[in-house]
Amino acid sequence: MEISTALLLNAIIAGLLLGGFYAAMSVGISISFGMLDVVNIAHPAFIILGSYIAYIVNDRFGFDPIVVSVVVSPLFFLLGMVLYRIYYVCFERRGQESLRGLAFFFGILFITEVALVLIFGVDYRMVSTRYGDVTWRAGAVDFPMRLAVPFLVSMTMVIGVQVFLTRTFFGRAVLAVAQDQLALRLMGVDPVRVKELAFALSIATAGVAGAFLIVIQPVQPAIGREFIGLVFAVCVLGGMGSILGTLLGAFVLGLAESFTSTFFGPSWAPAVSFGLLLATLAFRPSGLLGR
Amino acid sequence: MSNKVFAFVALAVALALAAVTQLIPNEYFFTAAYTVLLFVILATAWNILGGYTGYVNFGSAAFFAIGAYTTVFFYNAFKAPLAVGIVAGTLVAGLAGLGLGYLTLRLRGVFFAIASLALAVVLYVFVVNWDYVGGARGAYVLQPREIPFGMPRYIHLIYSVQLLMAAFALVVARAIEKSTMGRGLAAIRDDELAAECSGVPTLRLKIFSTMVSCALMGMAGTTFPYYLSYIEPSSAFSLSYAVNSIAMPLIGGMMSWMGPLIGAVLLGTVQQVVQVTVSSAWNLLIVGVLLVLFVTLAPNGIMGWVDAWRRRKGR
Repeated sequence: MEISTALLLNAIIAGLLLGGFYAAMSVGISISFGMLDVVNIAHPAFIILGSYIAYIVNDRFGFDPIVVSVVVSPLFFLLGMVLYRIYYVCFERRGQESLRGLAFFFGILFITEVALVLIFGVDYRMVSTRYGDVTWRAGAVDFPMRLAVPFLVSMTMVIGVQVFLTRTFFGRAVLAVAQDQLALRLMGVDPVRVKELAFALSIATAGVAGAFLIVIQPVQPAIGREFIGLVFAVCVLGGMGSILGTLLGAFVLGLAESFTSTFFGPSWAPAVSFGLLLATLAFRPSGLLGR
Repeated sequence: MSNKVFAFVALAVALALAAVTQLIPNEYFFTAAYTVLLFVILATAWNILGGYTGYVNFGSAAFFAIGAYTTVFFYNAFKAPLAVGIVAGTLVAGLAGLGLGYLTLRLRGVFFAIASLALAVVLYVFVVNWDYVGGARGAYVLQPREIPFGMPRYIHLIYSVQLLMAAFALVVARAIEKSTMGRGLAAIRDDELAAECSGVPTLRLKIFSTMVSCALMGMAGTTFPYYLSYIEPSSAFSLSYAVNSIAMPLIGGMMSWMGPLIGAVLLGTVQQVVQVTVSSAWNLLIVGVLLVLFVTLAPNGIMGWVDAWRRRKGR
């Protein structure tokens, strides 16, 4: 097959733009799963929830979905706090997180999906934005604003999280919880409180990422589960608990998916992330930047 | 009760049930009972790994679909009868379970859980793109015109086969539970490191129980294409199989073979009723809500209540 340079360049650009968005979706998992050891497989459900909130407000009032998501992110933060409290009281404190905690989050994922189906049906929903149909062209290379705007905001968010975790006192407490909870307790810090807030932060990023998702593509309730593999693949591929690794993993995955869609057809794309995840788990479980 | 006696009793009960229920004139009974039995097998199979060792398999739908699509493959290739599909589907699903277990059971349990979910999506995409077994359009599997044992409709046969397979799954689950291996599995569930240190061959046991569990899930799927005469990927890979096969053992109780049976019969029947009287979306919501409620408030399920009641009575 003849591969034109333009096709190749476009696939690379699309992959990188997509990768930035994947990083935004996965940064929350990197915090909850990678650092706090809370296996929140319901993470994609909150992304979809974020999409639907952005959709409702955009549909009614015409506000920009990304602005909406940032404004409502405190609600997701609160939701995350409540969820972690329940998780802590019911599972973590009793030492039952491995099996029952997983089943709990699976149930939450399922309930959210079915509830959205009951309210909105299984139709695909989309938003209208001023930049949705705009595409910049630089020579033969396209920069669809539909992808570029979420990419830029995603990058800001992910780098913001990284700076927050490494530069602030609270952020360092989160990193400390990831390393040694007992030590933290001995220093007079309540690890449960730290984990609660960090988990809430992860849910808030999921809500914002939901708005990016609905800007990029139409959304229906069941697509959430396709992203379970994706977010975990990015997190594991990058190395557990490393935000920079997550960023790297997201770009690798974005490029892999973009090349697959371009050269083999889009119907194969969902298998890429899961295939990469299986391969990483089988051959290099510590990930690219893992310790 | 020894395994042989139990197997005999289970078989006798299944045969008697199959014979007696043939008298029920309402055909809908068989359609509904087939689904409940399917869930009995799935829940029992899931519990062999999930309940006994504590490793969560989110990929029940994948193994179920492997069984179903193996039947379709053999039907398309050789016009093979149902029996061939059942044997082949069970074997293929068992092999898939062996592969998944071999690759991921060395890691922490959560990686196995995520990988099993991943497997479901990879296989889904694979089947959607595989035209020979129907691809995204789905495939037709015609029910044979001649039905053995003088049964009036094919659904009667499928239902009876499913009943026997459910009995078989229960016998296998119970045999594993009561054996030395079952104790090894329970030791893994309670403390894997301690089990390993005491000389329990943890990895081998885990891989074996994954294989058995996945093979039985595949077995449950083998009759499915005949049930509707039509199969398409999104119904075969439906997330509701994964949720149900986790919810049923959790609700019934995961420590013994009886828990999944109770959970599946209860939850399966409730779902059938809700599906007819309300709607199928609501019935899924009920499963999800029950799963979350039980897992947070009654972590040992219905059998946990029974045990607590027995203990109080004994005192």
